[in-house]
Amino acid sequence: MIIGLEHYLILAATLFTLGIFGIFLNRKNMIVILMSIELMLLAVNINFVAFSSFLGDLTGQIFAMFILTVAAAEAAIGLAILVVFFRNKDTIAVEDISDLKG
Amino acid sequence: MEIIAVFAPLLGFLIAGLFGKNLTDKGAQFVTCLFVIIAAVASSLLFYDVIFGMAPRVVPLASWISVGDFTVNWALRVDQLSVIMMCVITIVSSCVHVYSVGYMSHDSAKARFMAYLSLFTFAMLMLVTADNLLQLFFGWEGVGLASYLLIGFWNKKDSANAASMKAFLVNRIGDFGLALGIMATFIIFGSIEFDTIFNQAADHADQTFSFWGGEYHAYTIIGLLLFMGAVGKSAQLGLHVWLPDAMEGPTPVSALIHAATMVTAGIFLIARFSPIYEYAPIALQTICIFGGLTAFVAATIGMTQFDIKRVIAYSTMSQLGYMFFALGVSAYEAAMFHLVTHAFFKALLFLGAGSVIHAMSDEQDMRKMGGIWKKIPATYVLMWIGSLALAGVPFFAGYYSKDMILEAAFADASWFGTMAFWLGIAAAFMTAFYSWRLIIMTFHGKPRAEEKVMAHIHESPAIMLIPLFVLAFGALFSGKLLYDGFVGGGHHYASDYAVHDTIKDTDHSAVKIDAHTNTSAAADTDKFKFERAYFWGESVKVLPENDTVEAAHNVPYWVKKLPIVIGALGILCAYIIYMWREGLAQKFVRIFRPLHSLFYNKWYFDEIYNAVFTRQAFRLGALFKWSDKHIVDGLGPDGVAALAHKFAKGLGKMQSGFLFHYAFIMITSAVGILTWFLIIKPHLF
Repeated sequence: MIIGLEHYLILAATLFTLGIFGIFLNRKNMIVILMSIELMLLAVNINFVAFSSFLGDLTGQIFAMFILTVAAAEAAIGLAILVVFFRNKDTIAVEDISDLKG
Repeated sequence: MEIIAVFAPLLGFLIAGLFGKNLTDKGAQFVTCLFVIIAAVASSLLFYDVIFGMAPRVVPLASWISVGDFTVNWALRVDQLSVIMMCVITIVSSCVHVYSVGYMSHDSAKARFMAYLSLFTFAMLMLVTADNLLQLFFGWEGVGLASYLLIGFWNKKDSANAASMKAFLVNRIGDFGLALGIMATFIIFGSIEFDTIFNQAADHADQTFSFWGGEYHAYTIIGLLLFMGAVGKSAQLGLHVWLPDAMEGPTPVSALIHAATMVTAGIFLIARFSPIYEYAPIALQTICIFGGLTAFVAATIGMTQFDIKRVIAYSTMSQLGYMFFALGVSAYEAAMFHLVTHAFFKALLFLGAGSVIHAMSDEQDMRKMGGIWKKIPATYVLMWIGSLALAGVPFFAGYYSKDMILEAAFADASWFGTMAFWLGIAAAFMTAFYSWRLIIMTFHGKPRAEEKVMAHIHESPAIMLIPLFVLAFGALFSGKLLYDGFVGGGHHYASDYAVHDTIKDTDHSAVKIDAHTNTSAAADTDKFKFERAYFWGESVKVLPENDTVEAAHNVPYWVKKLPIVIGALGILCAYIIYMWREGLAQKFVRIFRPLHSLFYNKWYFDEIYNAVFTRQAFRLGALFKWSDKHIVDGLGPDGVAALAHKFAKGLGKMQSGFLFHYAFIMITSAVGILTWFLIIKPHLF
């Protein structure tokens, strides 16, 4: 079986969807949400790289490098916020965080 | 002079009402008394000027309303009829003002009381000097307002509040009729100025209203509607229920409003509209029947009451009935005559009763009085004078006027006139009876009051007695002095005094010239004679064929003497039953139990009205309250507000605060938008 573009795309879509549902359905831990966001970014990366190799254009792969960098920074900041948050509220369970409502 | 007479009480009201606190009680009392006495003096001078000078006048003040053809001006119409009323009002009011200074000496709101009295006087003066129906209506309503304020003056008492509301509401019914009458007048005459109306009165006599498919005689309709107003204000049968309850007010109020002035407004109104009523025989007939019945029914109730003020209140109602049936047989002058004499002796009786109440430490029940005549001799004598005048004992004021009315009713020679005559005779008997019942129960017999009250009994101070002497003078002599002018002497035919068509305006010279070039009769009518024709001038109009006052001088001998005999009989009966044979009263009550309870319970008017109107009104009110709350508000403001509230609550629920909810909505929306553009509307790209 030849692995073509569509397989990559399907993988990426599956990962992306998994990431989305990870955000929606998760009720336990904030870290899972961060992980899900990473997953979605990775799915986007796979798309970029797949199209890049399919179209023979390096721009996509450069973009993927940028995204990885941003994702790393974002994960660092996210975890830092999480730590501060835990210090303040003694919990990082998603269920207990509903301060966004007015 | 005219302006002073009318507006001085208003000034007194404003000063005492607005600055009462700064003036202190003494100041307010002084100011209001002073201004009312000034008004009384001015009115007396005007009386002399207008009546003896035969110079009725209209004093324009200001323009009020001017819409298209409809113009109304503020103006003071001071003709013979008005000036008589003005004198009565201001003189009685002065007495009451001065009396109140003494009577209300223990009250905490003296300035307010005096201010209301002055306001009332002003409103009544405005009513009688009105030059058009709207101004009359203004005064009419002003009087209603002032009476409301005064009846409910002791506003801490529930019964006083209820009585004031009752008076106001019952009067509204009458006012409704009056308002309709004014509109009907406007339809017929296109104006509500008195001059215009009365000058055209004969021209429109046959006009009719088409209404609901029927044709009705216009003057009859107008007459009945105006009479409806008079019924309310003058407490005639049907709308009389407020008058006895109005005794909740302080006694000077009763004297002023419910004896001498306010209740006479209806009589004045009908006398003022004599040119119309003369062409509306059916309206007159109705007035006559109502008057006769009122005189009779009120007298029967008066015989059985125990509250000293209520007895006098019912006697007022009865006397008003006399006046009305006099109006009903076209004896307008006789009615006005009785109005004047009645004002004096009834105010005297009320203020005398107030003096008794004052002496008895605010006791009003006659069963708890008795045996006090030696302690308050002056009041006792004054009450005697008042009662003698009321009962129509010869040479007292009431004798002349009441006999005149009865003779006029007899002379009318119609079935309703005769009926009114006999009802009046019966009422005269009862009047004499209850007057002496009142005197005997109050002053004679064994003291029935507690010892503490008896020890405290004292004659009233001079400030209360002096006004009583003034009124007593009126009750003694007003009948004799005024008899010739009001109802005596020559004919009252239009032709006799047509030349005195001198409603004076700013320049009356033109009118004067007309007068002199008129018929030869002008020569001897220029000089005033103290006779009916000259006295009344143009202000009251009687058609020659209806002239019962003239005819009353020629009634049979027995008709002239019957009222005296009947009156004496009534007094005798009262003496027998209450003085010489004590216990006889109880026996009578036992024998005539059903009749007595009918009279004692005021013919069950209040109960019937309660069942028929008040309770239904409450039920209707409850229905409206419900529908207002559930239908009008439910669908209107409340409904919209509730909907918005509900909507907001739904929206609020979406704000869960959970991150994943927001994210979910964001993504589904994003997906939705993309789907929309990519699949449903792909051509947009």
